[in-house]
Amino acid sequence: MTIEARFLIDQGGFTLDVGLEIPSHGVTSLFGPSGCGKTTLLRAIAGLEYHAGGYLRIGDSIWQDEEHFIPPHRRPLGYVFQEASLFEHLSIRGNLEYGFKRISQSTRRISLNDAIELLEVSQLLERRPATLSGGEKQRVAIARALAVSPELLLLDEPLAAVDFDRKQDIIPYLESLHRELDIPIIHVSHQPEEVSRLADHLVLLESGRVVAAGDVHEVFTRLDLPLAAGSDAASVIEAVVANHDGPYQLTVLDFPGGRITMGRIKPAVGSAVRLRLAARDVSLTLEHQSGTSILNILPVTVDELKPLGDAQVIVRLLAGTVPILACITRKSADELDLKPGKSVFAQIKGIALLT
Amino acid sequence: MLNEADLTALAITLKLALVSTLILLVLGTPLAWWLARTRWRFKFIPEAIVALPLVLPPTVLGFYLLIALGPRGPVGGLLESLGAGPLAFTFSGLVIGSIIYSMPFVVQPLQDAFSAIGRRPMEVAATLRASPLDRFFTVALPLARPGFITASVLGFAHTIGEFGVVLMIGGNIPGETRVASIAIYDHVEGLEYAHAHWLSGALLLISFLLLLVVYGLNRRFRLVRL
Repeated sequence: MTIEARFLIDQGGFTLDVGLEIPSHGVTSLFGPSGCGKTTLLRAIAGLEYHAGGYLRIGDSIWQDEEHFIPPHRRPLGYVFQEASLFEHLSIRGNLEYGFKRISQSTRRISLNDAIELLEVSQLLERRPATLSGGEKQRVAIARALAVSPELLLLDEPLAAVDFDRKQDIIPYLESLHRELDIPIIHVSHQPEEVSRLADHLVLLESGRVVAAGDVHEVFTRLDLPLAAGSDAASVIEAVVANHDGPYQLTVLDFPGGRITMGRIKPAVGSAVRLRLAARDVSLTLEHQSGTSILNILPVTVDELKPLGDAQVIVRLLAGTVPILACITRKSADELDLKPGKSVFAQIKGIALLT
Repeated sequence: MLNEADLTALAITLKLALVSTLILLVLGTPLAWWLARTRWRFKFIPEAIVALPLVLPPTVLGFYLLIALGPRGPVGGLLESLGAGPLAFTFSGLVIGSIIYSMPFVVQPLQDAFSAIGRRPMEVAATLRASPLDRFFTVALPLARPGFITASVLGFAHTIGEFGVVLMIGGNIPGETRVASIAIYDHVEGLEYAHAHWLSGALLLISFLLLLVVYGLNRRFRLVRL
C-alpha cells in the first residue's frame, strides 16, 4: 500500500512540481528549507487547496484526479496546523468533541478517551483555549485531530510555534502516536533533529522539487544531499537495548553493524531505540586501537568520500549494512589513504538517544 | 408627559427598527460573508454601494425610493400589476427604506467580524469533517458574535434616528408611518416644546443606552467605515 501524489502548482513566481510515492505506514517527513513548498504540498494533500491537474491516491482510494476532487471534510484525515488553531468559542472538551461528533460510529477506531489519554490532556478539558500554554494547545490540537480516527495524519510543523522547552515535551507524544497507532503520518519540518527523531521515510524538497526520497537512514547519509553536507551531519541508527551495566551506569545496545555502549538510558532491555551519531564524533583508525578510553570501536568499510570545504572530508562508512558518517580532516584522509572499499575502524565518541 | 400620539409614534419607531434590523441581519449576513471572503477584484463596487447611505443625504435616498415605490415607479408599478398596493406611504415602504438606509451599519461590522476570523478556523473545521454550511453555523457565526452585537445595535439605533428617508417615503400618517423623529419635528413646528422635549429625551436615552451596550461589550470594532 502506498500513497501517490502528483501536483503541479504555479503560484506566481513559485512552482511546486512534485511526483511522490511514499509508504502508507510509518512517518514520512517532508523536509526542506522555508519556502520550498512543503506546506503547500501538505495543504494540497488535505484538499484545503484545489489545484487542477493534481493526482492523489491513498491506498486504494482516489482523493483527486482529473474527474474527482473529494473536498477536505469528506477525506478521512487528521490535520495539525503550525499554530494550534483551537476554536476560541469552545472549551477544550468542545474542541476535542467537534470532529469526534461528526464521524459515524462505525468509523470510530480511536475513542475520545484514547485521544485524551495519549496526549495527556484530561486535566485541561474544562478550560478555555486562551488559558492554555502553547505546548498544551498543540497537544489538544493533536488529540482533536486523532479523535476523528484519521486514516492519514498530516502534521504541518506542529512544533514551529512552540518554544524550545515545550518542543522537548511534545516530541515524545508524537513518537507515541507513531508507536501506538497504526496511522500513516505525513509530517512537514525544516528541523533535522525533529526529522531524525520522527521520520521513517524522508522526502527532501528544494524550491518546489523533490531532491530525494527514501528511507531516513539512507537519505541522512547520502553524500550528494544537503543533509550530509554540513558540519552538523549525522547518521541515524536503530538499535535494541541488550543490557544495562549497573555498576558503570552504561547501556549496551545491538544494531546490525555491531554492539555499542553508551551512558545509561531508561528504555528496558529489549526495547527498540533510535540513536544519533554526529559525524564529527566519529573518528577513523587503520588498526583496532587498544589502550584507549573510547568504548565504541567498530569495524567498518569506507563507502564514499566527499570533501567538505577545504580542510575536511565527510566519509560514508558501512557498519555491516548500516551507513554511518564520519567527519575528519582532509590531512587524515590522505594519511590513512582512505578510499571506497577499504576496511577501517570507527571510533565513536558520542551517541545520543533520539527515542 | 408623552401623550398617546407620541407613544404611538414611539411604538412605530421601535417596531420599524426591530423589523428592519431583523431583516437586515438575515440579508446582511450572507452579503457580509461574501464581501469578507471573496477575492473578486471588483468587490469594491458592492462595498461602495453598501456604504453609499453613509454619505448620501437621506432626502436623496428617500426621493429615489419614493419614485421607485410609487404607483408609477418600477417596483410600485410591478406590485400594483400583481394586485398589491403601492409601497409608498405604508409601513412596508418604511421598512424597505430603513433597510437600505441602515445597510452599512449592519453589513460593515459583520464584514469586519468575518474578516477578523480569517480562513484558518474554517480550514480546521473542514479537516474535522464539518461541511461548508456546518462550519459556517458552528464556527464562523459564534466567532463573529461581537460583530453581530455591534451590527444589531447600530442597525437598530440608526433606524430609530432616521428622518429624511421616512419623511420622503412615509408621509406622516399617524398610527401608520408617523415615527418619533417626525413627531418631534411636528411638535417644534407647532411650538409644542414640552412635547418635543419628552420625545427627544426618550430617543436620546434609548440611543445612548444602545451605544453603551455596543461600546461596553466590544471595543474591538470600529463602528463605521467609509
